[in-house]
Amino acid sequence: MASTGAAPDVVVVGGGIVGLTIAWSSRQAGATVALVDPSPGRGATWAAAGMLAPVTEVHFGEEPLVALLLAAAEAWPSFASGLEAATGHPVGLRTEGTLVVAADRSDRIAIDQVTLFQRSLGLPVTALTGRECRALEPALASSIVGGADVPGDHQVDNRLVAEALVAACTAGGVTMVAERASGLVVGPGGQATGVALADGSTLPAGTVVVSLGTEWDRFSGIPPAAVPPVRPVLGVTLRLRARGTALVPARTVRGLVHGSVSYLVPRADGTVVVGATAEERGEPLEVTAGAVHGLLRDARTLVPSVDEYALVDATAGLRPGTPDNGPVVGATDMAGLVVAGGTYRNGILLSPLIGRAVAGLVTGTAIAGPLAAFGPGRFAAGLGGRQVAGATS
Amino acid sequence: MTTTAPRGTAPAAPAPTAGTRERPDDPFVIAGEELPSRLILGTGGMRSLDELRGALVASGTSMATVAVRRVGPGGPGGLLALLDELGIRVLPNTAGCGTAAEALLTARLAREAFGTSWVKVEVIADDDTLLPDAIELIDAATALVDEGFTVLAYTNDDPILASRLEQAGCAAVMPLGAPIGTGLGIRNPHNIELITSRISVPVILDAGIGTASDACLAMELGCAGVLAASAVTRAQHPALMARALADAVSGGRAAARAGRIPRRHLAEASSPDAGRVTPLDPPPGGGTVR
Repeated sequence: MASTGAAPDVVVVGGGIVGLTIAWSSRQAGATVALVDPSPGRGATWAAAGMLAPVTEVHFGEEPLVALLLAAAEAWPSFASGLEAATGHPVGLRTEGTLVVAADRSDRIAIDQVTLFQRSLGLPVTALTGRECRALEPALASSIVGGADVPGDHQVDNRLVAEALVAACTAGGVTMVAERASGLVVGPGGQATGVALADGSTLPAGTVVVSLGTEWDRFSGIPPAAVPPVRPVLGVTLRLRARGTALVPARTVRGLVHGSVSYLVPRADGTVVVGATAEERGEPLEVTAGAVHGLLRDARTLVPSVDEYALVDATAGLRPGTPDNGPVVGATDMAGLVVAGGTYRNGILLSPLIGRAVAGLVTGTAIAGPLAAFGPGRFAAGLGGRQVAGATS
Repeated sequence: MTTTAPRGTAPAAPAPTAGTRERPDDPFVIAGEELPSRLILGTGGMRSLDELRGALVASGTSMATVAVRRVGPGGPGGLLALLDELGIRVLPNTAGCGTAAEALLTARLAREAFGTSWVKVEVIADDDTLLPDAIELIDAATALVDEGFTVLAYTNDDPILASRLEQAGCAAVMPLGAPIGTGLGIRNPHNIELITSRISVPVILDAGIGTASDACLAMELGCAGVLAASAVTRAQHPALMARALADAVSGGRAAARAGRIPRRHLAEASSPDAGRVTPLDPPPGGGTVR
């Protein structure tokens, strides 16, 4: 890719689900778009479980996220059908809902506390006894002591979404640049004018949108104050395949197992995603034996028939975590530079909303709605400064 | 403001008052170094860095433990950057180690990574109780002291084991109130009191704290400090609980120094009997007796 020819309106750096969605949405909004990533659709996007969980992901202290996550969930059905129509690829959106279950009495008390909190926020959650849980999902262990029904928390097959987005971008006329971006090209007026690639060439751009997950330190030229304060939180998910007549839950099952969170996300094709570990570290992206052991131990405590499934895949990814667990999306103080990232545990859920908002931004519409509270300026007081959503107006 | 529930709905946690910092006439000293606060915080289990920041600030703590095995190099936005920014000393721990050899290796890594020779040594016997393995612990503490570490030893509430750790050269002993993460309080207050009365290095109550009264009791039993982790990070409002624990530690320390009154079986009036009004005396002013 040389610096000849007309500059695209938008160059997106980073092809995780956030970058891919921004590229596709911007193209649909009429912009000319290029996306730079040596392997789009991989990374944390590939490792994720695909839960669309605005309710079960909300915990004490995360009240400012609730409106954002609910709005993001609302954006999914039309996004999924649009993507399926554009590509002919199914993306596996399932709306059976989620069951939260407790493995022992201490877990039950902890779940009941969170359930009450979520209900106090007006979220649709109903407490259930152990028998009621098993009546809804016969695959659950008889030792389950109780839980909660969360009918609004759904799932999508994140790997199908990633593949569909790559296909939709390619078919829709987004220029896919399979190269690593090394830094920003800054014009004489201090504005972003393009992207430098690792092969030494440059790609001019009207607007540069940087969406780099946890790899911001490998991309030069962004003013330090505009770099999202992101730390990597490593997570491992497993993919299993139900064999023969082994029982499989229809809903997503999220359990608290002796204090640790475990989930099983059943796909329509018999695949069951089991997750997820959380370690406060970055690379290496290795899957340890202990991670696999812990995930399977907890999963089979919730659903004993896991023992009969085939283990087909184990993938590690890095969640981009911010100080307040909220995303960082919006224009920066540098003209022509937009950042989008910090989606932490909610990258799949948030992407359609972020894609639509950034596509609007690059075509001249300011970000509105709940996402407006999650701009890059809110950390200006220092790492984790208190200018967070909910305190900004 | 477009979100449904602003952060401000949580009860505010005011900044620590002067009272949560210890008094100049009662310094908290470990291995010759004075720490401004008798409350030490653990950093595991945080829900977000912002929440941890709020708790650290509200606690007024001057030292926080960090699990060497859990924390990678601190990048921007990471835990270590936060502690550095707040001027809070890092106390590396050997959480997750099951043998003396493992703890030794982890402590050496910590010395390189964090640039401190202080270490909280934990050698855990099993995953169900997370109780210390006494035999491995003594071996680990002895070897670490020999290598020049300043060793703070996480231990059972066993007075004899605590004495052995002091004899091994530990700078502080840290008996548990109850197993890690249980929030069950101090299950054997008598043993904790035995430990504090028989040991000359600082005794820091570690593990089992569930709420402020547990921390206060620890100090009343003669502990020099308290370490809390889950009690804060898993509370509904961590900053407020951190503040409560700081106040409790301060109050308990003052009570221990003030000296409690002896317990008595029967009541003892605090006012003298002499000069009391009897029903036969006419009330002043000639009114009727009620």
